[in-house]
Amino acid sequence: MSISWYLVVSAFVFCIGAAGVLVRRNPLVVLLCLELMLNAGNLALVAFARMHGNADGHVFALVVIVVAACEVTVGLGLIVALYRRRLPIDVDRMRELQG
Amino acid sequence: MSATGWAWVVLLAPLAGTLVIALGWRALPGRAPGWIGTGAITVSFAAAVATLLDLQSRGEEERQLVSSAWDYAKTAGVDAELSILVDPLSVLMILVVTGVSALIHLYSVAYLASDRGYARFFAYLNFFVFSMLLLVLAGNFLVLIVGWAFVGAASYLLISFWYRRTTATEAGIKAFVINVVGDVGLVLGTYFIFQGTGTLDFLGSFEAVQDSFGRNDGELVAGCCLLLVGAFAKSAQIPLHTWLPDAMEGPTPVSALIHAATMVTAGVYLIARMHPLFEQAPAAADVGAIIGCLTLVVAATIALVQTDLKRVIAYSTMSQIGYMVMGVSAGAYAAGLFHLMTHAFFKALLFMAAGSVIGAMAGTQDLDRMGGFRRSMPFTFGCFVVGGLALAGVPPFSGFFSKDELLLLVGDRGGWHWILYGFGYLAALLTAVYTFRMIFRAFLGEPVAEARALERGELHHAEHHTNPATGEQEDTDVGFPGPEHHIAERAPQMRAAMAVLAVLATVAGLLQIPFGVTHLVDGFLEPTFAESELYERNPSDGQIGLGLVLGALVGLGGIFLAHLIWVRKPGTSAALRARLAPAHQLLARKWYFDEAIDILVVRPFALAGRFCQQVFERVVVNGFFVGGTTGAVRAGSAAVRAAQSGYLRLYAALLLLGGGALTLYFLIASS
Repeated sequence: MSISWYLVVSAFVFCIGAAGVLVRRNPLVVLLCLELMLNAGNLALVAFARMHGNADGHVFALVVIVVAACEVTVGLGLIVALYRRRLPIDVDRMRELQG
Repeated sequence: MSATGWAWVVLLAPLAGTLVIALGWRALPGRAPGWIGTGAITVSFAAAVATLLDLQSRGEEERQLVSSAWDYAKTAGVDAELSILVDPLSVLMILVVTGVSALIHLYSVAYLASDRGYARFFAYLNFFVFSMLLLVLAGNFLVLIVGWAFVGAASYLLISFWYRRTTATEAGIKAFVINVVGDVGLVLGTYFIFQGTGTLDFLGSFEAVQDSFGRNDGELVAGCCLLLVGAFAKSAQIPLHTWLPDAMEGPTPVSALIHAATMVTAGVYLIARMHPLFEQAPAAADVGAIIGCLTLVVAATIALVQTDLKRVIAYSTMSQIGYMVMGVSAGAYAAGLFHLMTHAFFKALLFMAAGSVIGAMAGTQDLDRMGGFRRSMPFTFGCFVVGGLALAGVPPFSGFFSKDELLLLVGDRGGWHWILYGFGYLAALLTAVYTFRMIFRAFLGEPVAEARALERGELHHAEHHTNPATGEQEDTDVGFPGPEHHIAERAPQMRAAMAVLAVLATVAGLLQIPFGVTHLVDGFLEPTFAESELYERNPSDGQIGLGLVLGALVGLGGIFLAHLIWVRKPGTSAALRARLAPAHQLLARKWYFDEAIDILVVRPFALAGRFCQQVFERVVVNGFFVGGTTGAVRAGSAAVRAAQSGYLRLYAALLLLGGGALTLYFLIASS
């Protein structure tokens, strides 16, 4: 199978994730969409690694997975903290850091 | 030790004294600071004598020694080093400075005994002597400038010694500001000379001056005139003289040391030291001679009508310095320096005696309120008369020989110098009149209450201490004069210092008797002025004789005139004042120099300052520069701030757009 198929799928998933980040206001869903974007990247990396026949892309993909896990931990922690303080769970209403 | 080694000791002893007193004053008991200060200067004087002896044991050709402690910078044509020049001229100066200073320190030990600032006074006084020695021993222009500025600073500290007196602090500021004008002149003059000769060293630049500058070269004349500005400011010559009479606000020993014997002679020393430059620029030297002549006449006339005892002596100092400046500018170097030396003796003596009278008057300096101190203060009276006779130039006192020789050598230059000669003798007549006016008014006549109290054996003390200039009430804490006053009759230290000076003022003239009897000063200074074309001159015997007779007649005539006006016919002075009211007004207001300087310099500067403060500062600096910059930054940041909306999704969209745009760019660029 040509590498183009993998890349098309990867781009497709990435765009879905990006659109989700842009249109959804629930931080939980935003995090989920971020995961989609990261995994689209992973898919492309692994596909390129297979194409070149070496393991570099795999290593990158593993690192990205680890980073994604950390990010989810922090993000979920923040969301739980917001919930506990009874703040609105809405990214558009969390805009105190403005100029 | 060699002459230069001793000269370093001369320089360092007062510095050590300053440091010990200034750092250890808490630990020093009672009068110890005074004795330490006096001791330091005495050591310095002894070292100066040793320098003299070592110098005289050398051959005539080898009497100009330079010693350098270290090089500060020696690059790119600048030779900045800490070097001293020991030659007959500087040795004469250190002898006079340390000798007179030692006596004045001794005098001050008693005179300021009850002052709360006792230790501070001696720290300042030692610092002043150190600065003055640095000035006269300097071996290059840089060290000279440093010494010059130090002397100005020390003068400021000492004039404002009683710092809670507003009149004293104002006088100190005035003296400092005018001295800084002189400092600027000296620095700019040095620049002109350095540019031409390429070296800062005295001997080097004197050698190079003949080759670097033509005779009366414009740049050299400008440089010398700027040096003269420095000399005029330090030596209180017209028009930079107004600080000297005001400087009498300082304690009397300060007036004796700084404003009579040492600091004000720095200008004379400067002109004598720079004589190779001035001989190459005769136009500048002529300026010096004319200004000196103008000053000596103007100051003598003002001294005729002043009623403040110390101010009369101050104007007399100005007048005598005018003689010296005229002399050294006209090439009468040895005579000018000889007069400098005798003047240091008799003027310090006069100030000390005046201090004693002021002590007896409990701080009052007004001649109108004095009288009849002759019987109650015989020693002070005697000293005052000796000083007065020397100042008036009565034979055989010291001033007689020095003044006549000076005037003779000035006149001997010929041409218009004879006019200066004439004015010199006219002012000498006035000198005798105003000197004996002081003596007759303070010591003769009906004894005032203070004098009668003293005759009964009690020293008058004011019930309330007041500022003699304004009458403001004062206490006796630090920053004001102490509670007790001291007079020579009661204080052995004061008497000792005055006695030595009285002897010197009487006999110092014998060092240089005309008709070739003695010429010690002349011969001693010869090596410094060996290259000078004006040094060796031989006026005819007739001229010398005429000068001596004229000098003696003028001196005695002046005394006779003063006796006539103030003793024999006491109403004469009031009648003269009524008859010549406008002239009296002119002299009493000091020829309106203060007013003229106020209108010509102070007010325009104040106006310019106010303009800058209210218009330039407000509109240009605050409005344009400061306001413009902050406005631009504020407008820029407002634009940038609009992007920081706080919408997370907006940031993400911008990020994606940016990333997308970059990707597109690289795709297009690579294909």
